[in-house]
Order: sequence, then structure tokens, then C-alpha cells
Amino acid sequence: MVDKTLELFDCGHRACGGCGAALAARLVTKAAGTNTIVVSATGCMEVFSTPYPETAWKVPWIHSLFENASAVASGVEASLKKQGRTEKVVIMAGDGATFDIGMICISGAFERGHDFTYICYDNEAYMNTGIQRSGATPYDASTTTSPAGKCSFGNKRPKKDIPQIIAAHGAPYVATASIAYPADLMQKVEKAINTVGPCYIQVHAPCCTGWGFEGEQTIAVAKLAIETGLWVNYEMVDGKVVKAKKVVRKPVEEYLKTQKRFRHLFKPTRQDAEIATIQAIADRNAEKYAIDIKLKKE
Amino acid sequence: MMQITEGSHAVADAVRLCRPQVIAAYPITPQTHIVEALADMVADCELDAEYLTVDNELSALSACIGASAAGSRTYSATTSQGLALMFEVCFNAAGMRLPIVMSIANRALGAPLSIWNDQQDSISLRDSGWLQFYAEDNQEATDLHYLAYRVAEDHSVLLPAFVCFDGFILSHTYEPIDTLSQEDIDRFLPKFSPYERLDAADPISFGMYATPEYYLEFRYEMDRALKESKAIIEKRGKEFGQMFGRDYSAMVEGYRLEDADTAIVAMGSICGTTKDAIDEMREEGKKVGLLKIRVFRPFPTEDLARALAHVQRVAVLDKNISLGAKGAVALEVKDALYGSGIPVKGYVIGLGGRDVRKKDIKAIVGLIGKGQGDMFYGLRTEVL
Amino acid sequence: MSLAVGCRARPGKARDNKTGSWRVFKPVFGKEKCTLCGLCMTLCPEGCVHETEEGFITPDYTYCKGCGICAQECPGEAIEMKQEEK
Repeated sequence: MVDKTLELFDCGHRACGGCGAALAARLVTKAAGTNTIVVSATGCMEVFSTPYPETAWKVPWIHSLFENASAVASGVEASLKKQGRTEKVVIMAGDGATFDIGMICISGAFERGHDFTYICYDNEAYMNTGIQRSGATPYDASTTTSPAGKCSFGNKRPKKDIPQIIAAHGAPYVATASIAYPADLMQKVEKAINTVGPCYIQVHAPCCTGWGFEGEQTIAVAKLAIETGLWVNYEMVDGKVVKAKKVVRKPVEEYLKTQKRFRHLFKPTRQDAEIATIQAIADRNAEKYAIDIKLKKE
Repeated sequence: MMQITEGSHAVADAVRLCRPQVIAAYPITPQTHIVEALADMVADCELDAEYLTVDNELSALSACIGASAAGSRTYSATTSQGLALMFEVCFNAAGMRLPIVMSIANRALGAPLSIWNDQQDSISLRDSGWLQFYAEDNQEATDLHYLAYRVAEDHSVLLPAFVCFDGFILSHTYEPIDTLSQEDIDRFLPKFSPYERLDAADPISFGMYATPEYYLEFRYEMDRALKESKAIIEKRGKEFGQMFGRDYSAMVEGYRLEDADTAIVAMGSICGTTKDAIDEMREEGKKVGLLKIRVFRPFPTEDLARALAHVQRVAVLDKNISLGAKGAVALEVKDALYGSGIPVKGYVIGLGGRDVRKKDIKAIVGLIGKGQGDMFYGLRTEVL
Repeated sequence: MSLAVGCRARPGKARDNKTGSWRVFKPVFGKEKCTLCGLCMTLCPEGCVHETEEGFITPDYTYCKGCGICAQECPGEAIEMKQEEK
């Protein structure tokens, strides 16, 4: 069971006020417990938590490079195994480090079957370098490298489906989670670290600075992602979806309207076709994961 | 015990005796025989190590970083393009002060693609903070692995080390090797004792980032540790000599240099050919000697200047080229002899596996006698 | 004096960075409406909200950045964001 009083991610870190990733770091370490070694990739979380000598990590922690966290974790795990030690290895990497630059190392590490838990805190762009588009950036989001403009509605591609790719490697446990549902997130972390083999959890972690909303809204925005079906919290065991959070779905624009990265869809003129395309993404998610709660007709 | 063994297999056997606990490697010619031999040893329970067959060289060295930080003695091997793919990780491993040892079966870098020998690969990482040992023959290639671990893991050093030996020329050549026993090596190389490790009982953050207030000092401390490792190399090299009769305390080694007027400076297997050429030139009355560089990083500037103080001219053989400048060894030698008045000329030779014969060494001695140098030697006439 | 070899550190030093100085709005926790549900403690990205010995919930203003998540998410509306006076 998770010890709720345990704080392994210390005060004094330099994340923006209302940072979703910082909350993810707190919740994940809380769930993983003290017998954990964290491997971080370069990124916002690494930078806001470890300017020498001010580390926020109260568990053993290692950062090497941007793309190699899963390879470093492979080495840590192999070493622990050789020494007969019991610490659990948890990777914490952003979506850029996971979806894009880290894919080779990730594929290799999952194929080799190391016993670790890979947490991707997904804030849907390269936040540390100033909000550039990544493979996790959703359709039509405006970023500094996929800006909305006179002939652009922002990011032209939908989000890459990394959980499916990881599951296809034979990962025994793959899940998505959200900082808006901390108990669910922590339960999934606990489950993953207690599952032998390489496990993956993708955590939706809104970024107030990068997405353009007030820090107090971080949880509300994360909730709306779930409530509109643009983010689905589910679990996969041995490649099969076994559970998905059901919702009474709201229209996607309730989510889109909260963030400046989608502002161009509403101002200066409302872009109905684009909003409909995004609604279709949510509808497909709802169908694929069967998340709709059917209300009885009155 | 003397055994006739292929260079790669001799190196693999030396690595086995060093008891690495985690090995991570990726196949690449001409290094592959080493990791194949190690895989055989693991499969036959002759080597008790975790052996990771990684997805690329970047992952190989990254896994070594993780394993070393977690408290294991680690090993990898690569060459050429593989080493180039590790470029970023090499700087990282050194900056994180992790004493990883890696064999480099030296090979040219593309393009154009070449699987054959020169030393461009490891030389290109001269600024990365790794110790760099270069072997003349396979006996030295094996022995330098023991020395590399002993020095790298010293708590006053804590830097990773390359053991470089020429691809194919050494790696695929059978030579008689004096094979040491496990008991021998256990006496020389103690169990790995990490300076610090990732440990839930004493949490430490590894690989933090340094702001401008600290970065300069971290680089300074690496440079200092690398320079101070000279004393450790001398101490452990001497100890090795006392135990097994082959003394590696000197970072540079002279051959018929005492009374020479012309000195050749070289690194790696070319030293063997050079020695034979010198013997023949000596019979002709030419006072030629060799200064072999065994340790390129840290660079033995003072030792080299001392050893060459009496000569009239120096010819440096470079199996690499810093394009747009000169061979990297020549640049170092010129720096070491700056102000001495001794003329130093560099000769870029043997790139991409071009054979260097005794007559080429003699021709270079002829060239420096005429004051000609700082050039590629042995070019096909159509490019001239 | 030498730096820590390899740019490493043990925990504790992050607390030297007193992020409370960033605050523009200050969460003021009202005791009357608080049901001690603890949601504010769970959702604080700083992990600086805690229960006092007297059984009240309060943030550590040394580190509270004033993001306002606690006030926004409090089911009892027991937390009010007030302009910081400095």
C-alpha cells in the first residue's frame, strides 16, 4: 500500500507554479517508495529538480542524457541483479525523450525484458527548450515549431500511439494515467513496479506554461482531457486492454477552449471543421476503449 | 603460460580475468570477435557477468554508465562508427566520473566507409576525458586492460579508459601471449570498490547539471584528475612489472633512442614495424630511434620532452588526421617540444588500412633528413 | 575545496531554494470549511501542504509558490487566494 505521508520529491525544486510534471514526480515516487532508483532523461523535470547541488530527489537518482534513460536503466537493473539487490528501477522521462529521441533505446530495453517501470510524463511538447512540437503533441496544437498561422492550424499530425508500440514489444503491463486522478496513478505505479518485466505508464501531465492556462487550472484541464475522451486512462495486461475509465463525455471544445495552444480554433473565427476533426479523434478513442457511459433516455 | 592466440581472443580472456560484472556491447568489425568470445565465456559459465546484447553502441555505453553507477565493474568494446555513435555518451561517462573500461579495435571513420585500420576513431575522442592507452602488440593489449581497470578505478582518478589496439593488424593476428592466471590478476586488480553508488540506503543524485557558477570547476577537476593519473599509471605499471615482468610504468618508451639523432614518434602496432626498420637503418649506420607513446591521454608532455631532448629532428607518424590542420600526435609533440628548437615534422600514414612497410619508415626518415614533412605520406600519384 | 566528484549530491539541498518568494497570490486555509479530506496535500506540486500538530492543514509558505491548485480543487472551498503582501 502507498504510504501517503511519504515525500520523496523535495520542496525547493524549480518547476513553474502549478506544474503537472512536478506533481507526477511527487506521486510516482510516493507510490514507488524508498526502495527505488530513479533514472531520468534530460528534460524539464531533470532540470527543475537537479541544479547542482540542490537535488530534489530523496531516492537514488541518475541522469545521463536525453535519449538513453532506458539503456542506463538496463545497466542499473543488470547491476542490481548481479549484486542480488532489491531496489526497483523507475525511469522518468518526458514525451520528447520517449516518443522521439529515446525510441531506439526504449525498443531495445523493452525487447530485452529488463525489470523496470518506465514512466513517461506526457506534457505533449518539448517544454524545457521552449514548447516545440514532439510526437506526443496533439492534432492542431500550436507550438513554437508547429505554430498556428495564416495557413496553419498548428500541429498537423495526431499523437503517436506509444503505449500500443510498447505493448507490441510484449510488455506485461502498460497503462495510461493522469495527474488529475492521483489514486489511480499511484495504484498503477505500484502495480507496474510489482510486475516482473518492463512496464510502461504514460502520465498526462498538463503544462500551464506550454499549453497556456493558469497554474491553478492544471488539474481541471487534465480532468477535461479525460472527460472529453481526448485522453483515455486504461490498462493493458499482456497486450490486451483490460480496463478503461468510463466517462459521460463532454464535447472536445470544452477542453480546447481552456488552452491558448488551441485558441486559433476559436479566434478570430471559429474553425468548425478543425474542431470536428478533433471531435472525431475523441469519438474514435471512445469507441476503441469503450469509455462512454450510456445515459438512460428520459 | 605462453599461448598462441588471436588478438581479440587474448583481449577477451584478459577482460574475463578482470571479472567484469556487467558487459554491454554491440557487434562491429573488427571488434566483434572480442564480444563473441565473451559471450561464449558467459554461455559456458566461465565468466559470471550480466551480458547485455544492446540495440546500438550508444545503448552499450549508456548501460555501462547505469551499471557502473549502480556499483558494478563494467566493460564494453567498440570501434570506428560505433565509437562515433557513442560520442555523446563518452563525454558523459567521463563527466560522471565512472571508471568504465572499453576496448577499441582501432578502425577508420567513414565516409568513405572503411572497415580497415587507422586510429581516427579514438583520437577523435581525445577531448572526452577518457584515459587512452595504445598497444604495440597483443601482449601489451591484454596487459593494458589490467592496468586500465587498476588506474581508472583508483579513487583519485575515477575516469573511464580506452584500451586501443589496431583493428585487424592486432585484433585478427595470432601471436604468442603470456597468459596470466585468475590468481595473478586477483592479486593485481582488487575487487571493484565504487567511490559512490546508487543505493536506496544512501540516496545520491548522479548526473546533476552544473550552472555557470560550477561548470568550469567540474571541468578543471576532471583535467586535474586526468593529469594526476600519470602518477597512478606509473605506480601501478611498475607494480605490474614487479609481479609479471612487464613494466608499464613509463607512458613513453624509447627504442635505440639514447644515441639517436633522428627520432620517430609513433603509437600502436606501427611501432613494431618501425623497430624493425630502425634495426636495419642502424646497420646502415643511421642513428635513428623510436619513441613509442603508450598513453595518449593524459598526454605525457614532460616525459616526451625529456626523452627527445637530445635528438636533432623528430618525425611523428600519425594514423589520423585533424583535417584542415595536422595529425593529432604531431600537434601534441610540437607542443611538447615548443621552444626546444628541435624541428618536428608530421607524417599522416596508413589511413583506412593502407599498409605501412619498413621501406616507408625508411623513406620518412629520408624525408625528415631533407626537412620535408607535415604531409600525407604515400599518396597515389593521381591526386598529386 | 573540491566539488562533489561527478556533479553529485545527497538530498536536502533543494530546500535551500526557498520558492515561497515566487508567490504572487497566497492560499489562505480556512479552518471552518476544511473537512481534512487531504486533497490539497495530494495535489500540491510542491508537496508543501501538511497537517499541523493541532490537526489543521496548512501549506509551508517557505516553499508554496502560490499556484492555487489547492484552492481551485478544494471540494469545501476552504482555501482562498489572496494577493501577497510583501
